[in-house]
Amino acid sequence: MPTDVERWKSEIYGNEIREHLYRFAESGWESIPDDESDAWFERFKWWGLYQQRNGQESYFMMRIGTPNGVLEPGQTEVVADIAKEYASGPAENPEFGDTYVDWTTRQSIQLHWLKLEDIPEIFEKLESNGLSAQQACGDSWRNIVGNPMAGKAPEFVDALPVIHELNDRFKGNEDHSNLPRKWKVSVTGAPDGSGQGDINDLAFEPAFKEIDGEEVRGFNVAVGGGLSRNEPRIARQIDVFTRPENAADVAAGISALFREHGDRENRYNARIKFLMDEWGPEKFRRVLQEDFVDFELETAGEDLREQYTYNAGGEEHGDLIGVHEQRDDKYYVGLNVLVGRMGADDTAELARVADTYGSGEVRISQRQNVIITDVPEENLDALLDEPLLENYSPDPHPFMRGSVACTGTEFCSLSIVETKNRQVRFARWLKQNVELPDGVEDFHIHLSGCTASCAQPQIADVSLRGMKTRKNGEAVEALDIGLGGGLGENPHFAEWVGQRVPVDEVPGAIKNLLATFEDQREGSETFREFIARQDEDELENLIEPEETSYEDPMMHNTKLTWYPYAENDSMDASPAPTDGDGNPLAPADD
Amino acid sequence: MSVALRILDDGAWLSVNDQRRVSVSELWRVDDPDFCDCDLVDFIAEGFTAVSADGRDVAVTTYGQCIACGKKGVPGKLPVGRIRNGAYRGYDREHMIMRPMSGRTDE
Repeated sequence: MPTDVERWKSEIYGNEIREHLYRFAESGWESIPDDESDAWFERFKWWGLYQQRNGQESYFMMRIGTPNGVLEPGQTEVVADIAKEYASGPAENPEFGDTYVDWTTRQSIQLHWLKLEDIPEIFEKLESNGLSAQQACGDSWRNIVGNPMAGKAPEFVDALPVIHELNDRFKGNEDHSNLPRKWKVSVTGAPDGSGQGDINDLAFEPAFKEIDGEEVRGFNVAVGGGLSRNEPRIARQIDVFTRPENAADVAAGISALFREHGDRENRYNARIKFLMDEWGPEKFRRVLQEDFVDFELETAGEDLREQYTYNAGGEEHGDLIGVHEQRDDKYYVGLNVLVGRMGADDTAELARVADTYGSGEVRISQRQNVIITDVPEENLDALLDEPLLENYSPDPHPFMRGSVACTGTEFCSLSIVETKNRQVRFARWLKQNVELPDGVEDFHIHLSGCTASCAQPQIADVSLRGMKTRKNGEAVEALDIGLGGGLGENPHFAEWVGQRVPVDEVPGAIKNLLATFEDQREGSETFREFIARQDEDELENLIEPEETSYEDPMMHNTKLTWYPYAENDSMDASPAPTDGDGNPLAPADD
Repeated sequence: MSVALRILDDGAWLSVNDQRRVSVSELWRVDDPDFCDCDLVDFIAEGFTAVSADGRDVAVTTYGQCIACGKKGVPGKLPVGRIRNGAYRGYDREHMIMRPMSGRTDE
């Protein structure tokens, strides 16, 4: 039997949701019929809108999909303007103020505290500037990711034209707008593995093949990667090579296969990774060839995986932070945005700096950072002297550089713990109190509030995932700790070895872990190599939680607050739901 | 009067008549000697996979773990509230002891 979500999707989904969204925006939050709100909020996701969690009911998060993370000249300023005009919350975040922009691990943008009544104006401002929230969430083609410097940094094959073609073809495409579940695609042209294809539903990765006596550069195709729900998978090669000009046709076939064969009766089993589990790559390729493409698929070419250095466990950052040369002799400057959150005023300043010293273009990385592009050499010194770079450094401390965090209980229904502010506190404490072993410049700590894994914890050196425990009899927020994850030629997901560590003991656990690593390290062994040679018992012994000078003000159940940083954080004090001006409406019956 | 029960957002919460009623991350005391060796399971709800109306009780099939011993699994259907005259009333889950109604599976 189809799920309620599938039933709602079969009635109204895709582009047509927009007219209803506008209708409700026009007549106000209260006009959404009480017995239809689940259906509408599920549908609104397709247009990039996610209802915020319990206690914040009439507020929305909006995700803006920027293909490959590219913000064209002028667009960053538009995002900052929209944030300032519409995304100010009723309470302040102690680290980030009341208005901010989140850069995400899938090279998108998230704004919070938006009101339904403002959505049409926001869409108009976005779309008149070439931006869109279409399909940023929901069961369809999500934002396409890759190496954020595609087209400007060295590549084996040009990825950006393919990304644009896929985006143009599959956004708003009725044949592909209602898939069984989300559909995440990565296209990488760089030879270093920096598009993170392995953790996407569909990955195009650089490869070459001799065809008719000629070496052709293109992509090998992999399917079924993903990290969510305690079921992480590396995408599997399906023995298909495609020329860049045919990539969209191959993608259309695979997307259609997913549309027809994905599980619509059980959303927990709907992602294509589960179909790949069931079929295996050989059957997948056979069905694709027989039923979903009308041309002969090429067998796989030679890949470049041996060259993959991005997050491969070595000392090459690969995160594009710092000053780097482009193909055209200009430079790009990657700036570290701690946990991906930037105040709206700073975002406006970023736009100004990018416009003053570069072309105005800004790019978003999969490590939640931003990159200013097209900087002539003669502008570099002045750019590096800008005050903005004091807070968003091109040369950050490794603990700042390596920090990634998801949204957490501040706004998200799924999360179990507070995340972004906590990871900021962790990073600051570690920077002040922990020495990294010699030569360790790259150390990734990813904090995800739940198993949805939006912070991609399984591919970090230290993986943190939200949990609960009791401490002195009191329920407190806690974290599971995983070790040794990463990508590269041979990707490896973190081993979960520390369970339910109270959050105030996690920085001490990391400090002790690094001390043990330094003590037991063999030669210049990397952290990932060190973890890889430990057996199960040894791994568990590496986790030694300890109270330290670190203090955590959010030990309590932040999910039970309407907003964890509000002066009065009890659910009863929530202003939601509100009208279009932010005034509280009468409370609903309970 | 029919009542709409559904699990939404990847098992993040239980909706009753289009209102969010129970969310993951709650801690429950569960009397289920078969789940783990603890006197009472100190259970964290990590994800809901199904909901049913069992008599008057609204019960959720819930994946989670005992935060005392670490045992993971699904301790059967757990009652979280009841329907009376078409209206939902949540139990005081923080202070009650839950007893699974059926269908335990371990990990």
